[in-house]
Amino acid sequence: MKGNEALAEAAIRAGCKCFFGYPITPQTELAAYMAKRMNKEGGVFLQAESEIAAINMVLGAASTGVRAMTSSSSPGISLKSEGISYMAGSDVPAVIINVQRGGPGLGGIQPSQADYWQATKANGHGDFQLLVYAPCSVQEMVDMVVKAFDTADKYRVPAMILADGLLGQMMEPVSFPEINPNAVDKSSWATTGHGNKRAHNIVNSLYINATDLEDVVRERYERYAKIEANETDAELYQTEDADVLVCAYGATARVVKSAVNAARAEGIKAGMFRPKTLWPFPKKELNEAAKNASKLLCVEMSMGQMVDDIKLAINCSKPVSFFGRTGGVIPTPAEVLSEIKTLAAQAE
Amino acid sequence: MAIVFEKPHALCDVPMHYCPGCTHGIVHRLLCEVIDEMGIEGDTIGVCPVGCSVFAYNYFNCDMIEAPHGRAPAVATGVKRSNPDKFVFTYQGDGDLAAIGTAETVHVGARGENIVVIFINNTIYGMTGGQMAPTTIPGQVTQTTPFGRDTALAGHPIRVCEMMATLSGTALAQRVAVDTVPHIRETKKAIRKAFENQKEKRGLSIVEILSTCPTNWGLSPLDAIKRLQDECIPYYPLGVYKDVTAEGGDK
Amino acid sequence: MTYDILLAGFGGQGILFAGKLLAYCALIDGKELSWLPSYGPEMRGGTCNCSVCISDEPIGSPLVLTPDLLIALNQPSFDKFIGTVREGGKAFIDSTLVETKSDRTDIECHYVPATQMETDANLPKAANIILLGKLLKETGMFSEETVRQALEKCIPPKRAHLIDNNLRAIKMGQEA
Repeated sequence: MKGNEALAEAAIRAGCKCFFGYPITPQTELAAYMAKRMNKEGGVFLQAESEIAAINMVLGAASTGVRAMTSSSSPGISLKSEGISYMAGSDVPAVIINVQRGGPGLGGIQPSQADYWQATKANGHGDFQLLVYAPCSVQEMVDMVVKAFDTADKYRVPAMILADGLLGQMMEPVSFPEINPNAVDKSSWATTGHGNKRAHNIVNSLYINATDLEDVVRERYERYAKIEANETDAELYQTEDADVLVCAYGATARVVKSAVNAARAEGIKAGMFRPKTLWPFPKKELNEAAKNASKLLCVEMSMGQMVDDIKLAINCSKPVSFFGRTGGVIPTPAEVLSEIKTLAAQAE
Repeated sequence: MAIVFEKPHALCDVPMHYCPGCTHGIVHRLLCEVIDEMGIEGDTIGVCPVGCSVFAYNYFNCDMIEAPHGRAPAVATGVKRSNPDKFVFTYQGDGDLAAIGTAETVHVGARGENIVVIFINNTIYGMTGGQMAPTTIPGQVTQTTPFGRDTALAGHPIRVCEMMATLSGTALAQRVAVDTVPHIRETKKAIRKAFENQKEKRGLSIVEILSTCPTNWGLSPLDAIKRLQDECIPYYPLGVYKDVTAEGGDK
Repeated sequence: MTYDILLAGFGGQGILFAGKLLAYCALIDGKELSWLPSYGPEMRGGTCNCSVCISDEPIGSPLVLTPDLLIALNQPSFDKFIGTVREGGKAFIDSTLVETKSDRTDIECHYVPATQMETDANLPKAANIILLGKLLKETGMFSEETVRQALEKCIPPKRAHLIDNNLRAIKMGQEA
């Protein structure tokens, strides 16, 4: 099954009732799959007139408490940023998929990881965070969509799956586990019509009084603190005795794993740290993985974005170097191996 | 003693922030009277985007969503599609509906979304302090057309009902005004018809209400009503531009 | 067993389909696998390629840069990729559309006039499968039964009549 299709099928199984999308390469198979399945499953598929409309349709549907999702690729995510900020500011949970491609501007259509900063730091204006999951296989795309819906509902925050064109287009075997979506009671805030049984619910991000807004944002950050304490996730590969720790997420981590294996075959003590959640960033896990390393290397399909979080997480206690390809170019295991060898030589 | 006049239940008993003489209050009341009369407050979800009516979630007793600027029709689409048995309305100003949200507005018409759009046309941006709106009349002075709207420079106004009437999914496109008692009665009838259309699943109903903005027009409330009659109604003729329930329907 | 396979040609020649067939064979035999298409703005006629990795171990990078096995269905693909085949690897080349021969001696090159054969046999769009048949013969990767099952998976039931055509094409390739 293709990654994009697996994302769609997993969402349906996770109880997603509404999908609103707009065509963009390389995520279009997802919308096509939804178009085939969603209305048959008693859900809603609608192709919107723009990315902006699509995210706002998600805002509307999710405000009524149903599980809703949209998907796009980098330029389209920029258009959705307004709506994402409003959802964060209104505490409306939903899932947004970004199958990243090269940028900036129209950029290219090949795989990229250049939206890391956007996803983890600033996907819209204001003080807020998104849950960001970074799958590295088609199976993980399935598992993370389910996790994203559950966690978004639990904390009332929007969640993003940050994938890339390679994962979206790739086909791998995948199994769908028995999915029991966590049913969260949303009746205290969802705008479903009060049925003359309660006061009216309001979904809103406007607080014209500065201290009111501050209070609301602070309350949200208390939830963020809980998320940071409880929801980080990472894969540690061969890190126990690793001297050179290579950090990578998503599709790049697959390349890195091949390179780490090759380095081990040559007797170099290399390991890999792969964050599965980009926000919250797994700082504890990184420090555990890096405990015996003398040097860190961050590999990304960008000019270097996650590398900042790596340095912050270890408090710049060890040298962190960077290797990246960008514009849609995928780094090769040979390139990464050569970087590891250079570092290993320095370490001696 | 019998009470002969009271606030509709759907209207919250709170002070409103609207300027003295502003006609938003009239429209709010009419909308709530219709909701009361149809007995649908518990099944209604309102969507108000950015503009003077941004605080409307505090004024309407039904469940409310505050939408991004221009996006109310898209938000309402999400609500209605996931809750097809509920009543959904948007309440939008001219800048919101006909400038930043033009695409969203046109496409709910094209799709025939089964919702009600209440469109307040006062030919100016109110909340931000009186800038040119897409509906600002040629020659009208605003903060951003200090010498009067020059169509060579600033383009022409959009006549929204005429435009929406061309779309196949539009069930009702009607322009009304709230300057006189007969016109106010007509406005309420139009809003009622719009909600009846939604009940019967006929598609998109848009009621364009010519309104005043005494503050930003720089006129007294009475002079503002006079301007509405002398300048706005002639430029934006009242009437039914499309009504799928009427014999021969279109104007 | 690990095979990194690259299939390349024009869009519309069935590159992705042939790759998918291999992927399904691997799935049926319980192997680890990945299938990754190149994707571009044009729908037909542009160059198209597809990476398939099959292994007993989990797949690392799914992008094949140095294939063990190459199927080249046109001249540009041959020119671009023949030099990337790993030492000891095998290349399967449609000699109807590729006019040149490789001078590499460290790889096995199999030249099959697949497009001519499809025309002669009145089997339209079968060149990809004919070359695949040759690949299966030379590598012994999958049994005939596995291939049949994979075809049944890849071809929707309403086009079931195409399964026999594909099996014929594979046989032609195996005998070429």
